[in-house]
Amino acid sequence: MPIVPMLIEAESVSREYRLGETVIRAVDAVSLSVEKGEFLALLGSSGSGKSTLLSMMAGLDRPTSGSIRVRERNLAELEANELARYRRETVGMVFQSFNLLPRMTLEENVELPLRLAEVDRHDRESRVGEALERVRLGARRRHRPSELSGGEQQRGALARALVNRPAILFADEPTGNLDSVNGEQILLLLREIQDSLGMTIIMVTHERPLAEKFANRIALLSDGRLVSDGAQR
Amino acid sequence: MKTRDLSELAARNLREAVLRNSLTTLGVAVGVASLVAMLSLGLGLQTLASQRLTRSGLFDAVFVTSQRNFRGPGQRGSADSAPKKESRSLDEDARQQLSKFSNVAEVYPQIRFVTDVRYAGKSETTSVLGLPDSSRSGGAFEGMTGAYFSSPTADEAILQIEFAKVLTDQPPSLVGKDLTLRYAERAALSKTADDDEALLDSMIGSGKPGGVSIVPREKTLRIVGVIESDPSAGIGGFGGARVYLPLKTAEQLHVAQPDDLQAFLSGNPAKPSYMALTVRVHSPKDVPQVEAAIKQLGFATFSLLDATKSLRLVFTVFDLFLGLFGSLALTVASLGIINTLVMAILERRREIGILKALGATDRDVRSLFFAEAGAMGLFGGLSGVALGWLIGQALTWGTTIYLHRQNLPGVKISYVPWWLALGAIGFAIIVSLVAGLYPAARAARLNPVEALRYE
Repeated sequence: MPIVPMLIEAESVSREYRLGETVIRAVDAVSLSVEKGEFLALLGSSGSGKSTLLSMMAGLDRPTSGSIRVRERNLAELEANELARYRRETVGMVFQSFNLLPRMTLEENVELPLRLAEVDRHDRESRVGEALERVRLGARRRHRPSELSGGEQQRGALARALVNRPAILFADEPTGNLDSVNGEQILLLLREIQDSLGMTIIMVTHERPLAEKFANRIALLSDGRLVSDGAQR
Repeated sequence: MKTRDLSELAARNLREAVLRNSLTTLGVAVGVASLVAMLSLGLGLQTLASQRLTRSGLFDAVFVTSQRNFRGPGQRGSADSAPKKESRSLDEDARQQLSKFSNVAEVYPQIRFVTDVRYAGKSETTSVLGLPDSSRSGGAFEGMTGAYFSSPTADEAILQIEFAKVLTDQPPSLVGKDLTLRYAERAALSKTADDDEALLDSMIGSGKPGGVSIVPREKTLRIVGVIESDPSAGIGGFGGARVYLPLKTAEQLHVAQPDDLQAFLSGNPAKPSYMALTVRVHSPKDVPQVEAAIKQLGFATFSLLDATKSLRLVFTVFDLFLGLFGSLALTVASLGIINTLVMAILERRREIGILKALGATDRDVRSLFFAEAGAMGLFGGLSGVALGWLIGQALTWGTTIYLHRQNLPGVKISYVPWWLALGAIGFAIIVSLVAGLYPAARAARLNPVEALRYE
């Protein structure tokens, strides 16, 4: 059996927060590996540490101890600028509350990562169009977020996460603010993207049925610890 | 992030909170306007004073007298002086020599004499002064009744108003009328002149050749103007005159001068000397060099250069204080910028988190806030300069109205040179950027996870 290289390797990762004299351990010595092309669901109840673990793997936060290696580079040791570059070039992110900038149109929101990555202006238009077509929002490009439904906003956020062609897509409760129909549509889109682009997807959710339906693998967290980690199909 | 993208994002952010950003920018504009108005007022007054003084001919002139016979103001007596070079006569040769100096615009003599003026049966004794054609541009003739001399050799006269009042109750009515001067003409006598020789020899008994005759003459002049101020006041005129003629006309009269006696006694009466010469230079800064060169020739000199230096010092201190007061308003405006940007950080905390999650570096975030602060400084600076200029114009306008009511000519009391405009805009940008330092650094330091959690 061939050895598949791991894309992400988290080893004994802990994250502590201090509240006065109290130390809160949000993530407690979690070790986890993710293969390229996997769709991993981090499942757990509220306060289980799943979003904190996702933030550290996405380069938004740093572990208090342990290491997170992505393509052999330890994120904990990267300088702030290198970490920003990792977020810009390797990672795409989707949030529960969409996080589209309300002052910008949909296409301006989607163009934002390309501006930050200093992509040539001529290439931007085609890449924005391509990303919006992929989430079936080509006709709504000139609309502001307030003029879109929740499902459309999340699809717009997904287009923004895809526009830089990242290797890993992190989704933090992407269906949390959506009804079940729109939630399923988003997850169908994620599966479609995973299949067509071979993208690695790591999703945080507390909805077990959705995780079981769409993810290849579920890792269960409770009180900051990894309770179980197993393949779905 | 590229500069163009940064500018576009900053412009978008400024447009979105248009009321608050406009008010902050207005605060900067008012600060810059007060600075510009204060300094333009100081510069305007300085320029006005300099122009008036320069046009008066006092600060670009060196007054030359012969050391042997006449001393200008400020000259000490010779008792405590070191041994001097042989003093020279201030004659036509000396005048020509001085004219050839570099940086000398013109050299003209002081032609002044006391005469009897006759008009409409009245006879008054007064002093007459020859004016060089360059005095036409002096401020003294602005607003005069009538006009300046039609030509440098015209048989015309301008009267000082006090003297005109002596001649008539209606001074303006004198313009176009004629008056007659009775004066003493000086004529040189030759030793070969048969009729004069014996007489002269017997008179002086010295056997020296030549002599002078003093002949009464009359000259009719057309009055072309009446002037209220005194163009000969101060050092150039050695006291006020009442009747003014074109200098060349005055020279052609060959009026007997006090130095004629000196020339006669020195044995060269055919070569008259001048009581004093005025050497005008191209610029006041040329005065020291020209003055030194004239002294080298053995003449006594006097200039008002030191007075100009004092004047500059006074105005520099004046401008400094005006600038300080103006800067206070700009300092208050910079607090407004800090306040606006700190508030913007609170409001845009989530946006900063999103930008960071999408890969923006601390530098990108800092630059964005800097660009917004700089833009407020730029627009505040531009509007402030315009506003400051308008305030200056309004002050000039108000002053001119007041002066006109006092029957005085209007003056420009505010002056905004290009360097003040550019400097004020630059200063506003720098102050705004400094004000943006703290908010920008604070925004850049935000933790993206905490920022994203912010509602």
